[in-house]
Amino acid sequence: MSSNAGYAQERETTEGKVFTVTGGDWDSIVSGVDPMHDERIVVNMGPQHPSTHGVLRLVLEMEGETVTEARLVVGYLHTGIEKNMEYRTWTQGSTFVTRMDYLAPIFNETAYSLAVEKLLGIEDQITERANTIRVLMMELNRISSHLVWLATTGMELGALSMMIYGFREREFILDIFEMITGLRMNMAYVRPGGVAQDVPDTAIVKIREFLDFMPKRIKEYEDLLSGQPIWTARTKGVAVLDVTGCVALGVTGPVLRSSGLAWDLRKTMPYCGYETYDFDVPTQPEGDVFARYLVRLAEMRESLKIIEQALDRLKPGPVMVEDRKIAWPAQLALGTDGLGNSLEHVAHIMGQSMESLIHHFKLVTEGFRVPAGQVYVPIEGPRGELGAHVISDGGTRPFRVHMREPSFVNLQAIPAMAEGGLLADVIAGGASLDPVMGGCDR
Amino acid sequence: MTQPEGLFGVTGTGDTSGMGGLVRKRPVQLDAQRPLGGWYDEVVDALEEAYPGFADAIERVVIDRGELTLHIVPAKIAEVCQILRDDLSLRYELCSSVSGVDYIAEERRLHAVYHLTSMTYRRRIRLECAVTAADPHLPSVTSVYPTADWQERETYDMFGIVFDGHPNLTRILMPDDWDGHPQRKDYPLGGVPVEYKGAEIPPPDSRRAYR
Repeated sequence: MSSNAGYAQERETTEGKVFTVTGGDWDSIVSGVDPMHDERIVVNMGPQHPSTHGVLRLVLEMEGETVTEARLVVGYLHTGIEKNMEYRTWTQGSTFVTRMDYLAPIFNETAYSLAVEKLLGIEDQITERANTIRVLMMELNRISSHLVWLATTGMELGALSMMIYGFREREFILDIFEMITGLRMNMAYVRPGGVAQDVPDTAIVKIREFLDFMPKRIKEYEDLLSGQPIWTARTKGVAVLDVTGCVALGVTGPVLRSSGLAWDLRKTMPYCGYETYDFDVPTQPEGDVFARYLVRLAEMRESLKIIEQALDRLKPGPVMVEDRKIAWPAQLALGTDGLGNSLEHVAHIMGQSMESLIHHFKLVTEGFRVPAGQVYVPIEGPRGELGAHVISDGGTRPFRVHMREPSFVNLQAIPAMAEGGLLADVIAGGASLDPVMGGCDR
Repeated sequence: MTQPEGLFGVTGTGDTSGMGGLVRKRPVQLDAQRPLGGWYDEVVDALEEAYPGFADAIERVVIDRGELTLHIVPAKIAEVCQILRDDLSLRYELCSSVSGVDYIAEERRLHAVYHLTSMTYRRRIRLECAVTAADPHLPSVTSVYPTADWQERETYDMFGIVFDGHPNLTRILMPDDWDGHPQRKDYPLGGVPVEYKGAEIPPPDSRRAYR
């Protein structure tokens, strides 16, 4: 026996010293050397972590595998969009808001545009075609946003093939967006007064093609995941939040509906003519991650129904308000490098009409004036209530714009869902809220 | 009107964007006269009935573009929210949004704005509280609406409005050691000096010949 009794026994052999580590009371030995033996540890997850959907930092106090306290740190993606908008014209505002929640740009633009239109008092002048195109684009965007959710959540919970399929279909929608707006995301397409330009016929064909194959694809996702034992084990009964919790914490959208309350602003406080479309509001009673998955799948199906109806009622007509003091003066044309002024329009203002040039110059550099006042316009985004609180002082620039971002508000629910659960369930719960940090931090 | 002295010793509008003329006045909002019409009367009557301190707490009632705004005495905001949430004929269950506005030309320039939603009656209401920049205090509504937690933190961060009774009123979007409140109208647009690798980079407005 050597002098360090209690540790592994050692003996000399021809090949050197050999230790034997069997036996002994290891608990008392470990507690003697490890000062952290009985203490909690704090795990810093993020801000750079593959499952935090951008730059979200979670500070988790752990006891073994159990989370005892979860605190969130946000703000890493704050870019001062709201402040910036106060120094740009009302039309330029579209370009800013579209960059907030980058997975749902059309929704940001629509909420903002509806608010500006309400301030201008021109809601009734928005053409039917413009409204229908807005609905069409929003529902396409809702599907693409839900697909990213399905793809990334699948990836985080071990269903890697779901990620590939989700992004494959999303790519198709982004192609449609590119045909219509010239850009895949951040398109600044919906503008105060209408939309930037008309939907080309080629895009309609492509949307029809999408409507044709998408129901089958959604069925495929369902076949892939719903009965999958790992998927169900990681989602069923995980990160439960009931209606009380949701309403108290301000959580809206699919998360609220998956706890049983059919609160969808498209039905309860309609805008853009949603009351004239035939669709259902899917709900689930369980309030867990699996229910949120089912609700989002069902919502994609409902969005397909709305897109089909919108396509059917798409009649030829103007897509901008009649009022030349508000409508963008330039005729936009789609080039190989995106949207730009049409050459015809440039030739007209530069060579033929001085008045047109003055009009163009005034409207583009100075912008239009919006009567003073404040409005709050909420719409149903893919993540919940997206509200635009817009204030004008009568000038050509917003006095203040505040976006009520569902990502920001919903993230507050993570401690309520995660505390007392396992570390792995924090990932599932956080993902099920579908936070987009660009929207959260603005 | 005298121009208030801005943060970081900025004078004038603080605008370095070169666009100029950013001093703005807020147009006068007219008080709504009874009857207000529609469901507005129902809401205001129900609040008056349920809340004994109505006359002392409500400064003004404004209806603009179909939206009802109640201007509340700042000290009373939590009480009013409690009644609005709990009274059976009001039932504003959801606090949609809390944010701030800086009406720089006014005496009580900082406004906290609350948007409440009644899911039962499908109505919305806006509450507005005005405080001065020298004493920007009002009670927190987190005990009534837990969702106000982060939104009040953001309002504090951006406007410096202090919500008394908030469990953890710290900055949320800006870094913890940030000076000033960026959404205030007198916040210097050109930026603040930034220290990088030991050297201090001055803000653009003192680098360029803007003024």
